[in-house]
Amino acid sequence: MTNPEVAILMLSLFIVMVLLGFPVAFTLLAMGVGFGYYAYYEAGSVQTIADAFNNKIFYLLNQNTYSVMENDTLVAIPLFLFMGYVVERANIVNKLFYALQMAARNLPGSMAIAALITCAVFSTASGIVGAVVTLMGLLAFPAMAKAHYDKSFASGVICAGGTLGILIPPSIMLIVYAAIAELSPLRLYAAAILPGLLLAGSYIVYVISRVMINPSIAPKPREEDVPPARVVYFELLTSFVPLTALIMLVLGSILGGLATPAEAAAMGAFGGLVLAAIYGSLTWVMLKESVYLTAKATAMVCWLFVGSWTFASVFSYLGGHEIIEHFVLRLDLAPWQFLVLVQLIIFLLGWPLEWSEILIIFVPIFLPMLDTFGVNPYFFAMLVALNLQTSFLTPPMAMSAYYLKGVLGKAIELVDIFKGIMPYLAIVIFIMVMMYQFPQIALWLPDFLFGKYIP
Amino acid sequence: MAPVIHAIEELSIWIGRAFGWCILILTLSVAYEVFVRYVLNAPTVWVFDMMVQMYGALFVMAGPYALAQDTHVRADVVYRFLSVRWQGRIDLLLYIVFFFPGMLALAWFGWEIAMDSWRYQEVSWNSPARIQIYFFKTLIPVAAGLFILQGVAECMRCYLAIKTNQWLPRLEDARETEELLMGQATGLETE
Repeated sequence: MTNPEVAILMLSLFIVMVLLGFPVAFTLLAMGVGFGYYAYYEAGSVQTIADAFNNKIFYLLNQNTYSVMENDTLVAIPLFLFMGYVVERANIVNKLFYALQMAARNLPGSMAIAALITCAVFSTASGIVGAVVTLMGLLAFPAMAKAHYDKSFASGVICAGGTLGILIPPSIMLIVYAAIAELSPLRLYAAAILPGLLLAGSYIVYVISRVMINPSIAPKPREEDVPPARVVYFELLTSFVPLTALIMLVLGSILGGLATPAEAAAMGAFGGLVLAAIYGSLTWVMLKESVYLTAKATAMVCWLFVGSWTFASVFSYLGGHEIIEHFVLRLDLAPWQFLVLVQLIIFLLGWPLEWSEILIIFVPIFLPMLDTFGVNPYFFAMLVALNLQTSFLTPPMAMSAYYLKGVLGKAIELVDIFKGIMPYLAIVIFIMVMMYQFPQIALWLPDFLFGKYIP
Repeated sequence: MAPVIHAIEELSIWIGRAFGWCILILTLSVAYEVFVRYVLNAPTVWVFDMMVQMYGALFVMAGPYALAQDTHVRADVVYRFLSVRWQGRIDLLLYIVFFFPGMLALAWFGWEIAMDSWRYQEVSWNSPARIQIYFFKTLIPVAAGLFILQGVAECMRCYLAIKTNQWLPRLEDARETEELLMGQATGLETE
């Protein structure tokens, strides 16, 4: 067997092995070490038993671990996670939802719009989809059910809205992407702003037009439930404004070149702590839990990086990337066919896997081919980022739907949640097509801020 | 066997949590740096190395903690539908074939690299502050050692699972909001 063939064996064996359910990080690490031992084996070098344990792969493994440890892009991950956990526990979401709901009362489907914006803002600040969907499921869903909203419609709003946080910057997903693709996190953030807002905006347009066509799914609020305007402004000022200001501050200092993403994330976490203190929810227990959860989540993501980098170095040392590239080139695809094919694969991978696994394990396989097809890596990144929204929303493994079902129990059937989600899935795909037609949606802002991208 | 498992896990959890507090130091020191840089116009030289080392120490040493809490993500599409007995068998086999070889390599060669670093008192090249990095490099073999210990505990868990067809419950810990809320919801329904 030639080396590239071994590389293909390695990849296929990995796909089978990972389905056994063993922690992915250690599966990657083990496959990397095992195949690396073969790859770096020098014939005739093993004279004694001790020699058998001396192989370059073991040093490579250590080097990769150390590169993850001193990677200055990844520093932002624990900080954003910490900020997320603090904001999530700052007791802000119910105030936020209440204020927005009152502010939007004159629009058709006011509660649904309020839920969407709450989800978008809250998940942008916290970045943890599960937390947003479950909290909003307990808060906004009963409120909408009480106001006689259509249940499937209401659940779709929460699931789709809660997922926005992984796309709209400052998001952890884009930091992870920047680290795997060695792109600038600044440019990625700048590139994601318009597509993120466009997606959120399209969701709102969809909600309004759906309610205008069929008003019975979202009855208007009763007059006596609406507080005077003064109260509404006050509520907005104490919930929506500080949280949005925090997000703007973090994002602004990154894009304005005042701070690196990691520094901005630290400021965001600090700001989150201050907000929590103002809302009276900064307790010892809350702080402790946020710290512990940050530690666990960071360990999970970063050890996945250790495994994946080891796997990837061995895979490319064996010539795996070339053989895949040759194979794809032999298919004689036009660039658009290549893009559609890759997005389709990522879409399908989104059924069984989560975004972190897809990004860290599979996306690197396609990245070297972008040059060959002349695809702008930032444009590609945005397509992938939009696509990963679907990994939370496509049945049968739609995590968002399961989170919602998990907190609502018998109040709603899973099928109804799926029914409610479907339109949003269509919107995501529509925006992807739009962006393909008009790449400037993603590329204009980074070019405008940082000058034209030169490969 | 359960007391041994729990003793090992308490150690992993305690160390992981202790290093978890790095995040607070990290947050506060960067906030301080931003303050002195923009308000006092006197940036520090150490902040970059400090950030990197705090983050690196945090994730490396929290690895065994995450293992002790089963937080390392699994592609469990098939796995979750297997009986506990089969889950235990698969896990036990893969701990032996996959987990230990990698971790032993990390511990053994990490130790060698760290010792080299101690010998010439290696410092960081990121700034002229000459921040020591030999402590930092030593964390790799230490974490790998803890991983091996925690791996032994996991194997014992698998053994119990195969024997009793039941997973030994994990130790109590801070839980994600979604887990907590979903747990409460199912709790209410069964009551």
